[in-house]
Amino acid sequence: MDNLLSTREACGLSLLNMGQKEKDIVVLDADLSGSTQTKKFGEKFPDRFFNVGCAEQNLIGTAAGLAIGGKIAFAATFAMFLMRGWEQIRNTVAHDNLNVKLLGSHSGLTNSKDGGSHQCLEDIALMRCLPNMSILNPVDAIEAEKIVINEVYRKGPSYIRMNRLSTPAVNTDDYNFEFGKAVEIREGDDMTIIATGTMVSEAVKASQMLKKEDINARVLNVHTIKPIDKSSIIKSARETGHIITIEEHNIYGGLGSAVAEIIVEDYPVPMKIMGVNDRFGESGDYNYLINKFGLNDVEILKNAKKLIGDRK
Amino acid sequence: MRKMIRELKDKATVIRRHIIKMVHCAGSGHPGGSLSCTDILVVLYFHVMKHDPQKKDSHRDRFILSKGHAAPALYATLAECGYFPISNLESLRKNGGYLQGHPDSSIPGVEVSSGSLGQGFSVANGIALASRLDENPSRVFVLLGDGECDEGQVWEAAMLSAHYKLDNLVAIVDRNGLQIDGQTEQIMCLEPFSKKWESFGWHVIEIDGNNIEEIIEAFKETENIIGKPCVIIAHTFKGKGVSFMEGKCSFHGKAPTDEEMIKALEELK
Repeated sequence: MDNLLSTREACGLSLLNMGQKEKDIVVLDADLSGSTQTKKFGEKFPDRFFNVGCAEQNLIGTAAGLAIGGKIAFAATFAMFLMRGWEQIRNTVAHDNLNVKLLGSHSGLTNSKDGGSHQCLEDIALMRCLPNMSILNPVDAIEAEKIVINEVYRKGPSYIRMNRLSTPAVNTDDYNFEFGKAVEIREGDDMTIIATGTMVSEAVKASQMLKKEDINARVLNVHTIKPIDKSSIIKSARETGHIITIEEHNIYGGLGSAVAEIIVEDYPVPMKIMGVNDRFGESGDYNYLINKFGLNDVEILKNAKKLIGDRK
Repeated sequence: MRKMIRELKDKATVIRRHIIKMVHCAGSGHPGGSLSCTDILVVLYFHVMKHDPQKKDSHRDRFILSKGHAAPALYATLAECGYFPISNLESLRKNGGYLQGHPDSSIPGVEVSSGSLGQGFSVANGIALASRLDENPSRVFVLLGDGECDEGQVWEAAMLSAHYKLDNLVAIVDRNGLQIDGQTEQIMCLEPFSKKWESFGWHVIEIDGNNIEEIIEAFKETENIIGKPCVIIAHTFKGKGVSFMEGKCSFHGKAPTDEEMIKALEELK
């Protein structure tokens, strides 16, 4: 798979393009516009760009006010620091169902060198429990661009999870993004690997390895974690009988929890939740951290064989 | 002028009576901080602001109650304006009731839900920025509590309004000197309060916030300030209008008993 732009770069460019088209788009940042890539929009449309300084609570509140004033407000900072404004997100943005789009960059472990304080492994959980909130986690630059376009025209609050690093291309240019619909990246009927964001490409690699061992693993890309594609998940449980979820997030409260909540109620099958095992991150190379925390194709393979072996 | 002031004062009394009855009927709520800001709300809604309860016009002036716990005062004012029937005031805090304990945007006339302190101020900034982008002449008024000014977000927002020279925004601080746990100066010292605002780049007006004439004058002054936001520091009495509630922390978040209500209504005539 070719490496593409990072999802944050793709989002930044998409915002820039959409800014030309839709004059109601405004963008806010909290002193990280170079990193989040909103700077490009700011340079082109200075009147519609508001840098609030490093003040995340005010970032959220000001975006909410702009949305009330009829604007489509994109508010960006590191995923971790958006969470600093969680209570503002809850009580103003989500509660009033405002048209605010939260852009959380450097999510997961991708802010690898900065260490645990700047990495974010809790955001999906924190956003998932908010009524009205949608959660989007683009798998690659192509999807990221389309998600921004989708969110310009879809009313209501959302959290868009972006990464720092260039991401392997999973989709092709003709890819048609459908909000709320999981994408079957690979067919298979022995098990389903349900992945999101950076972990989708690991899931694809794992499925190729499993194929050699005569295990046909379906791979689902869940780009919309909320509202989640319940029917695709139930269908996969029914048709493949085993589920592994993997995400660059704490094992608690994220994609794995969302999937488990569905299958436990509607179609219980053996399942393994893969993610960061309830710990904080640390400084290091991204690949070092991913491997250390067991978020790679080899670990998926191990878990897949165990899951199927256990039950056979 | 004199007649108008008389009418506004009478309106304030009517609203204070509603507040006492609402909070009594609800069995909980915040009478103290509602009574302290009543005169400010009356001047805004019946004299200063351009608004039409029948029509949500995009050019309307906006009011945000950042100190959301004064919801009874806001609801009573909105009802008196005609945003919803006065009979709905009885539903405050009731099961399945029309009026939530803190301002809720589902209620006609409430621009944004509030109650978690500091947040309404940022929202007001955002609305003011949107109006400016749209060359919309409407103004935004945001009412803060003095205890609320302990919140860091208030000062984040204060910096932003000054940075963006939001002269279409007016903040009013209900400086009643009391917060839930005691006197503001003992809990977390705010003074020198007006100097803080000045140093943040604001035009500061200090008034007796329970004096209708002074409130009118202050809002008039704000119309002439260009290139910076205005804050009106309104010195008020918590529980204003009811002798046994005035200046009492205990009535920050406590409903009057049957007897207290009767006594309060006798005073508010």
